[in-house]
Amino acid sequence: MIDFPIFEQRIHGRRLVYLDSAASAQKPRQVLDALQRFYANDYANIHRGAYDLSLRATDRYEAVRETVREFINAKHADEIVFTKGATESINLVAASWGRTFLKAGDEVLITGLEHHANIVPWQLLKQQTGIELRVVPITPEGEVRIEDVQKQLTPRTKLVAMTQVSNALGTIVPVAEICTRAHKQGALMLIDGCQAISHMPVDVRKLDADFYVFSGHKLYGPTGVGVLYGKRDILRQMPPYQGGGDMIESVSFTETTFREPPHRFEAGTPPIAQVIGLGAAIDYVKSIDMKRIEKQEDELLRYATEKLQTIGSLRIIGNAKQKAGIISFMLDNVHPHDIATILDNQGIAIRAGHHCAQPVMEALGLAATARASFGLYNIKEDIDALAAGLEKVREIFA
Amino acid sequence: MTEENLPDDLRELYQDLILDHGKHPRNFRALPEANCEALGHNPFCGDKLTLYLTVNDQGRIEEAAFQGSGCAISTASASMMTEMLKGKSAVEARRLFDYFHALCTDESAADKSALDEEDVARLQALAGVRRFPIRVKCATLPWHTLQAALNPSAVKKVKTE
Repeated sequence: MIDFPIFEQRIHGRRLVYLDSAASAQKPRQVLDALQRFYANDYANIHRGAYDLSLRATDRYEAVRETVREFINAKHADEIVFTKGATESINLVAASWGRTFLKAGDEVLITGLEHHANIVPWQLLKQQTGIELRVVPITPEGEVRIEDVQKQLTPRTKLVAMTQVSNALGTIVPVAEICTRAHKQGALMLIDGCQAISHMPVDVRKLDADFYVFSGHKLYGPTGVGVLYGKRDILRQMPPYQGGGDMIESVSFTETTFREPPHRFEAGTPPIAQVIGLGAAIDYVKSIDMKRIEKQEDELLRYATEKLQTIGSLRIIGNAKQKAGIISFMLDNVHPHDIATILDNQGIAIRAGHHCAQPVMEALGLAATARASFGLYNIKEDIDALAAGLEKVREIFA
Repeated sequence: MTEENLPDDLRELYQDLILDHGKHPRNFRALPEANCEALGHNPFCGDKLTLYLTVNDQGRIEEAAFQGSGCAISTASASMMTEMLKGKSAVEARRLFDYFHALCTDESAADKSALDEEDVARLQALAGVRRFPIRVKCATLPWHTLQAALNPSAVKKVKTE
């Protein structure tokens, strides 16, 4: 906790209990310092000037590609494309790969757990190309069953796009097994790793993902930067997503030739400092060790689940066997928004609402839930504070 | 409720009158004979309500009722609003909304001169939301829905007897 300056303040006179890392994680001093140092010492535009500063900035920026490659165990650094976030990563795949390789009648398969960012780009693609969008339903526990996925896989399935960890319920989806099934059917696999990336070690080669996307800000890095991992052979076949500077070999008014991936997909000046910040964030979580973070957060989740279950009238939403770092819940007769307001008054930040996953809420027959989500800075005392806060909510609404 | 260790602003927001209307909303039903109706939705939190009104030939609201799901604040606001609306004209209803909106945002602009005292007291009870900017929308959602319901182009059912 000492690494995170945000916890030095008091909220409504109380210690800040931040339980909304699934929305965005707080930033360690190491990331803030890296941003400050980069702007103060090494900043210039990249891939441009033949002067020392620009070369230095370029080297620093490209070095983060290698940091990311190693972090997710990609084979080549050129399989790492920097985007402005996971949303842009998915839109990039839908626009570039989707419009090029999919035609009317082809199917994209998603699940009922998806965040809107992994639904809407495919609906747009459907409007543009006439593809079919199919959805694997979730169980009442909030799980995606492999046999339900298998049932929906057809020879027309060209892409399976799904989250590794549900942002609304915390469910861990067996993406590796599903990936194998998808590949058997000749489909590619895109994994939304937004929640998984900060909770567990990720190995894209072990998963055999064709695309893997995540956002920097949920991994203790800056906003405005994300990653699209794509297998080299696939990225090389994909046309540019946006046109502009830095993605071309040469431009004339009659013909333009494009650079190889990843640069082909990074038109314009990229979020240079944010990429440096993302590199610092990855160095930071690696220094702690992702396995240790996973273990610590699992313990916290177990503790929170036990503790919350002792609160009368509290119902945990999403009871998958495998969960990570997120716990959604309801209190009888108290709307999540009222819960959030009263908790906030005690310095406790949680999320109330549909978590940008309205279909999940609909499948479970709910309009909204309250959600507590954990980061590496959370401790058992935070859960105790949450439980005490919820007792206060119950008193007010008694 | 244990009020002694609750801060004032929270106590004002969740005062007994609000909690009571939130838990036991009045006029919480569909109105089959309604001739004005509108759906209010706050996509931010998922609150949804349908407002039903019967408006007579003189333009006065004879019945007001609602259904939907929402937090204590939006439910209480809708409940109290439907109680206040009976017998009001569209212009009078608008005046109540303007007053309430001013209470929630800029109290100095709130003009209660033409309003019923009891209505003013009820609206003031709800105005505790002004200390919670993010909750103002919860309290005003029913009132915005009312504006939509009273808008002639929004009339979905017209009685033809």
